[in-house]
Amino acid sequence: MIKTDALIIGAGPTGLFTAHQLKLIGLNCEVVDNLDKVGGQCIELYPDKPIYDIPAIPECTGEELTKNLVDQLKPFNIKFHLNERVDEVKNNKGTWQVKTNKGTEFSTPNIIIAGGVGSFEPRKFAPKECEKFENKSIFYSIKDKSIFKGKTVSIFGGGDSALDWAIELSKGSKINLIHRRDEFRGAESTVQKVQDLAKEGKINLFTKYQLKDTKGSNSLESIDIMHDNKEVKNLKTDYVLGFFGLIMQLGPIVNWGLNLDKKTINVDTEKFETNQKGIYAIGDICSYPGKLKLILSGFHEGALAARACFKLARPNEQYRFEFTTTSKNLKNRLGVKSD
Amino acid sequence: MAKITYIEHNGTSHTVEVKKGLSVMEGAVQNNIPGIDADCGGSMACATCHVYVKEEWFDKVNIKLEGEDDMLDQAYEPTKHSRLSCQISVTDDIDGLIVNLPEKQ
Repeated sequence: MIKTDALIIGAGPTGLFTAHQLKLIGLNCEVVDNLDKVGGQCIELYPDKPIYDIPAIPECTGEELTKNLVDQLKPFNIKFHLNERVDEVKNNKGTWQVKTNKGTEFSTPNIIIAGGVGSFEPRKFAPKECEKFENKSIFYSIKDKSIFKGKTVSIFGGGDSALDWAIELSKGSKINLIHRRDEFRGAESTVQKVQDLAKEGKINLFTKYQLKDTKGSNSLESIDIMHDNKEVKNLKTDYVLGFFGLIMQLGPIVNWGLNLDKKTINVDTEKFETNQKGIYAIGDICSYPGKLKLILSGFHEGALAARACFKLARPNEQYRFEFTTTSKNLKNRLGVKSD
Repeated sequence: MAKITYIEHNGTSHTVEVKKGLSVMEGAVQNNIPGIDADCGGSMACATCHVYVKEEWFDKVNIKLEGEDDMLDQAYEPTKHSRLSCQISVTDDIDGLIVNLPEKQ
């Protein structure tokens, strides 16, 4: 059981800056995120797209913004729990008991939800029958590529994940690569490589096709794919891989007794606290009159929520507002010299 | 103002007036029409405002920007009439537009 002054759920820009604010005012914190890296939507959805409305930064990409926020956290020692999703939140005599899907447990007076639009989960195939084969013969990510050796693998998707795996697995497996249109969105050299392998007969390419049906009772035997013109083909296959990117799901947050408004959480604008004492929501996931879904709003919300955390984490101390330009305390925490 | 009809996957139809200059996605969100999530807020980064533009309207709405088809690759059950509604601008020319919503986003 990890004891901490505040637990931040979500390592997007809002969560990262809030960690900075908490450490600056002398509280410790831990951060949990379902992705395998920090940066949230900035890094997952638009790493290369320029952003023009971060105060004092005329232009930066999602990746650069993330890097700068991480740099800003350098003076502090913050533990990140990546690839973990918070599943359970329970109150025990005023303290929150939190458990992740990997079994990590936290005990904290403060939970700050900076979850964006929820956690990123892989997008799945449309046909319902696919569920029964999931994690047996149908996968949305690959943990152990050795299982595909000598087998027939049907890969769906048109981006880098689909293409990279098609190339990699074509070394030891029979590959069908199926995509809904003729154009691929992967890197140019990767697309070229796939086309070369298709010419050599190492990859069977099916474009303008999508998955229609799966066949097989206990184990997957074959799939039906349908062309834009409705023509159906049956492909014998041992495994199916789907790479359609990620979608954000609110997930377990709906079970924590919070006041929800569609996919957002209602908060006040003083502490950004939810209807549960000690649980705050900031960034895209919170809603209040006038809410703007901008990164800069998330920074403000995080700064205020961090101050609210102080009261519950240090009930016998008085929080004192200080500036980083002048405060010796803050400079000590930042590891910079005082004049 | 342009009249836009959003037809949910279960057949429920919503016809609303949407101000010129907004997107078809914003028209749905502002009128609380279920079935359009618009998780990324309209930055062409998520594919959760996916709609099927009624065939006779498909060539009348503004054309796709570079990158929209890349996002549509990730949409749920895309077809050749698929669009991201955040990328369709509301103008006088599309008064009467009909879009069908997918089973899910």
